[in-house]
Amino acid sequence: MLRWLIGGGREPQGLAETIGEEQTQNPYTELLVLKAHHDIVRFLVQLDDYRFASAGDDGIVIVWNAQCLTILQRLDVWLSGGNEVCVWNRKLDLLCKTCHLSDTVIFRLVAPTDESLEWDIREVKRLLDHQDNILSLVNVNDLSFVTGSHVGELIIWDALDWTMQAYERNFWDPAPQLDTQQEIKLCQKLTDISIHHFTCDEENVFAAVGRGLYVYSLQMKRVIACQKTAHDSSVLHIAKLPNRQLISCSEDGSVRIWELREKQQLAAEPVPTGFFNMWGFGRVNKQANQPVKKQQENVTSCSLELIGDLIGHSSSVEMFLYFEDHGLVTCSADHLIILWKNGERESGLRSLKLFQKLEENGDLYFTV
Amino acid sequence: MISAPDVVAFTKEDEYEEEPYNEPALPEEYSVPLFPFASQGANPWSKLSGAKFSRDFILISEFSEQVGPQPLLTIPNDTKVFGTFDLNYFSLRIMSVDYQASFVGHPPGSAYPKLNFVEDSKVVLGDSKEGAFAYVHHLTLYDLEARGFVRPFCMAYISADQHKIMQQFQELSAEFSKASECLKTGNRKAFAGELEKKLKDLDYTRTVLHTETEIQKKANDKGFYSSQAIEKANELASVEKSIIEHQDLLKQIRSYPHRKSKGSDLCSGEMEQTSDQADQVSSTSNPDESAETDLYTCRPAYTPKLIKAKSTKCFDKKLKTLEELCDTEYFTQTLAQLSHIEHMFRGDLCYLLTSQIDRALLKQQHITNFLFEDFVEVDDRVVEKQENVSSKPSEDQLPSRSLGECPIPKVLISVGSYKSSVESVLIKMEQELGDEEYKDAEVAELNSFDPQENLDYLDMDMKGSVSSGESIEVLGTEKSTSVLSKSDSQASLTVPLSPQVIRSKAVSHRTISEDSIEVLSTCPSEALIPDDFKASYPSAINEEESYAGDNEGAIHFQASTSPPELGETEEGSLENTPSQIDSSCCIGQESDGQLGPFSPPAHTHYDEDGVVSSPPQSYRQKDQGFHVDFTVENASPSSRDNSCEGFPAYELDPNHLLASRDVSKTSLDNYSDTTSYVSSVASTSSDRIPSSAHPSCSSSERHKKRAGQNALKFIRQYPFAHPAIYSLLSGRTLVVLGEDEAIVRKLVTALSIFVPNYGRYAKPVKHWVSSPLHILDFQKWKLIGLQRVASPASAGTLHALSRYSRYTSILDLDNKTLRCPLYRGTLVPRLADHRTQIKRGSTYYLHVQSMLTQLCAKAFLYTFCHHLQLPAHDKETEELRASRQASFLKLDLGLVNEDARVVQYLAELLKLHYLQESPGTGHPMLRFDYVPSFLYKI
Repeated sequence: MLRWLIGGGREPQGLAETIGEEQTQNPYTELLVLKAHHDIVRFLVQLDDYRFASAGDDGIVIVWNAQCLTILQRLDVWLSGGNEVCVWNRKLDLLCKTCHLSDTVIFRLVAPTDESLEWDIREVKRLLDHQDNILSLVNVNDLSFVTGSHVGELIIWDALDWTMQAYERNFWDPAPQLDTQQEIKLCQKLTDISIHHFTCDEENVFAAVGRGLYVYSLQMKRVIACQKTAHDSSVLHIAKLPNRQLISCSEDGSVRIWELREKQQLAAEPVPTGFFNMWGFGRVNKQANQPVKKQQENVTSCSLELIGDLIGHSSSVEMFLYFEDHGLVTCSADHLIILWKNGERESGLRSLKLFQKLEENGDLYFTV
Repeated sequence: MISAPDVVAFTKEDEYEEEPYNEPALPEEYSVPLFPFASQGANPWSKLSGAKFSRDFILISEFSEQVGPQPLLTIPNDTKVFGTFDLNYFSLRIMSVDYQASFVGHPPGSAYPKLNFVEDSKVVLGDSKEGAFAYVHHLTLYDLEARGFVRPFCMAYISADQHKIMQQFQELSAEFSKASECLKTGNRKAFAGELEKKLKDLDYTRTVLHTETEIQKKANDKGFYSSQAIEKANELASVEKSIIEHQDLLKQIRSYPHRKSKGSDLCSGEMEQTSDQADQVSSTSNPDESAETDLYTCRPAYTPKLIKAKSTKCFDKKLKTLEELCDTEYFTQTLAQLSHIEHMFRGDLCYLLTSQIDRALLKQQHITNFLFEDFVEVDDRVVEKQENVSSKPSEDQLPSRSLGECPIPKVLISVGSYKSSVESVLIKMEQELGDEEYKDAEVAELNSFDPQENLDYLDMDMKGSVSSGESIEVLGTEKSTSVLSKSDSQASLTVPLSPQVIRSKAVSHRTISEDSIEVLSTCPSEALIPDDFKASYPSAINEEESYAGDNEGAIHFQASTSPPELGETEEGSLENTPSQIDSSCCIGQESDGQLGPFSPPAHTHYDEDGVVSSPPQSYRQKDQGFHVDFTVENASPSSRDNSCEGFPAYELDPNHLLASRDVSKTSLDNYSDTTSYVSSVASTSSDRIPSSAHPSCSSSERHKKRAGQNALKFIRQYPFAHPAIYSLLSGRTLVVLGEDEAIVRKLVTALSIFVPNYGRYAKPVKHWVSSPLHILDFQKWKLIGLQRVASPASAGTLHALSRYSRYTSILDLDNKTLRCPLYRGTLVPRLADHRTQIKRGSTYYLHVQSMLTQLCAKAFLYTFCHHLQLPAHDKETEELRASRQASFLKLDLGLVNEDARVVQYLAELLKLHYLQESPGTGHPMLRFDYVPSFLYKI
């Protein structure tokens, strides 16, 4: 349960970058714990500017108001899980479903038309290029999307003709000459290379790979920045904020805030490349890798700087949502939802409300 | 850095507590002449010079029809307290001043004996020879076997301090009324029970007699009756008559509550129950039926006895004890209430008044007072605040438990509304507005009355107070009761006053509003002129004279204008004419209000700061309001509607729920008591007072003292006390880690005096936890006592602590370390100076309170300064505003470094509290800073 409480079996600690108690750039100085679920809270979805819904293993969906933190609605649903795609309408009637998903399959949702009154899902294209289960998928733009698999493959697809635009298997790995012996070790640490989540903006795809974070430039088709051990445990969800910040949450129960910074070319610390550095045998290859590394140094022009972390959950943070006006909502396996807010800003908002209320009550007098 | 006081703290840790500070003797030339009574061990403030008892106590006496006035019991029941004081003599004194002729018996024109629900009388009585002054509360209890069915009792609060009695008259009166109400409720219950038994006896007797008569008739069919038969027939007739009489009595005693609540369909089960009972009462007018239906199955079955034809009244008969008269349960409650009173009025008058003023002032600070005040006291504010809005700026002050704890609002809850107590105040006010005319009239009359003359009386009294006979007497007819139980009791009160009143009475018999007005109007006009006064209270005066021997020397305060009205008068038209007030109540003349006024606090404070006014008044107002709520129900149904609307707001308050539960419980207990609804109020009051209010009152005092003492110890013992206290003040949770639960708890309790509250509820303090802490704990608690376990299980606890270290400061008691952010301000050093000269815990507690109050004021200013909190114009940047705030905190409020954080935190709490729609709904949020912590060691 509590990963850090169990002494044994813990991932090697100390590897992940840490930040002290002084976090001047961390704006989240206020938090509110929302306790309504009775089991792991798996999923959050933003409904509009201020509402979001949370869904948990307890089979309850709760709609929240992020402004005043009230529970707006509570739905009890039965979730059908597994290898199925189901389409539900707003009345929660099951419209149709299809099964067997192990590869990327492109479905087309056929809306009821004059000809057929029924909803249907039609398989459009089955993409069979991944070698393992696909864990993540994100639309980059109208023309392309990205998929990531359990074994760390990243494929950028063309959304129109379903062709591969780019394929990277261990694309950041400078040592493709892995022998089988290492392959076994790799398998043991499979969770460290599986791509759990993507997010992207116009230029880059941000990938949560194992415990690390990687920034893959769409233009340059290569990693421009990475943080191999961003967390002590698998990163489960990441999101890009408008201000070049990246937020990640992890199984280790923490949420971290990163900033993508342009790297000073000279002062730059060489970005260690390759997956395997983190396994400890990267050192062996260090000498051999020197040329490659040098070459990469020129291109990994950015770095991810840890500017703050949010400690609150006592178990894996499953997901989070970012509201521009209301802060960050995280949900976790500890059954809690935490709302992180900018304390300064909230203080100002409260003052505003206070004077509004004073005025409403007729208690506000202006003096010259 | 152990300085002298530290050593003291270390070495005398245990025996230090509350040890008086012995100063070294002063040189001869500086020494002050000793207080003349110092040899008796008294302090200069003690008025005990002449008194034979060591401190105030309560005496209950009875005017026994067999042996005359006799003391029954004292509270505290400790012979040391009253010492050599002659209780018998004093009982005689206090029992002799009951001016009310207990009017029970056959009134002219009535076929049956009539019970009068006589209201209590309140008298202040002084005996300068004994050095005793007493507030005397007379009440009458019913006893079937007593002469006229009544047993006069009185409860007296006896003090050596005359001023105390005078100035606390209203509080005393209110508190004693509760006790009295409790006694009377129990008594009515017991009396009704007695009557039932008696009825059964009579019924049985009748049956027996009837059978005997029949047998005789059969045996003797000669057409004429033997003398024996005639005797039997007479006996039977008298039994029949007796039955009817007793039935009537039973009906009367049962109708008591019904009349009070007549017409008030207060939409509660309790009310329905009452009316049900009333129906039952009417149906039980037939005794056979009552016997058959046996309404009170709960009662142990009663075997009827044959009643002898001869009167059972004989002088060697043992009269019932007070406990028997009142039902043990109620008797115990009354005792609890009385000992509560004893507690409440313990100590010097100065102290009492100061704390009353203190509370009154505190209540005005409804924006900020939740932060550091005890929630027990602040609890009243729910009602308070609205009252303030609607009525006057609170001149409210009710000793420690006002509405929150006193029974009144609770009952209202059970009736379906909590707010109604507020509303009822309004009603009362309106009514009093209406009465204003009377007061004006009264005032006019009073003006004609020469105050100087009165003054002379008083002077005389003061000078001539050598003889024991001199006494000061205040005859107070409790207004609240007068409103409460107006119909009959008013009649009994007013009958002796003047014949006109009787006449008008007869006309307007049961008209509630008229009744009350009548009383108001008659009392002043009748009573304020000394002659009339004398005439109207012959018994009281005469009895008094027999002691005084000199009527001139006795001053009679006619308080028929009840205390609250006095307040009204003062605040109203007479604010600036003290002499009028003085004459109106025959007080105040004595040494410029020193001794006199009923409501001197109101008086003086009003004059001095124009803000504070007499707390007692509003208390009384409330009290009355409550009664009015019942009695005027018919007249103003809207009040009830309003109150019902108000209910939901308080529905969720656990305290209130509890209260209403209590009430319903009580009412269940009372189901057999067809007596009062109102009296069940009283019973509730006394029910609750011993159980919760009373202990909380005294224990909170003790708690403060102990907390202060331990806090003082902490400050002296730990050089890093300042950052720890700063953590508490700035809302950073302080975890006190230790192995020994007792030590941890002790320190947590001590430090809790520095913890700001979120709201009106209990402080966010968790005294002892043994499981690993969680994020929710930090959101909820600001001070936590955490168990350190030696076992491996503690790894989790410690790990959680280190994980959440950014939210906490950790005080490790075992290792004497503190891990917390740096503090460089100046506020806490003043608050917690380890070199302080303060020795006593309670003093230190007060010091802390005053410092924190200052802090609250700063926070208030900061929070409500418009230009600080809001941007001056649309384009103003956040930074600009922040810098404005910073400079205000620094330059205007004089807050250095981290001190600003404290005020900012308090300001957030104030905002949250103010914005809360209804109390308790706001989410506490966890605010924190990303600041580095440091490890402090001793």
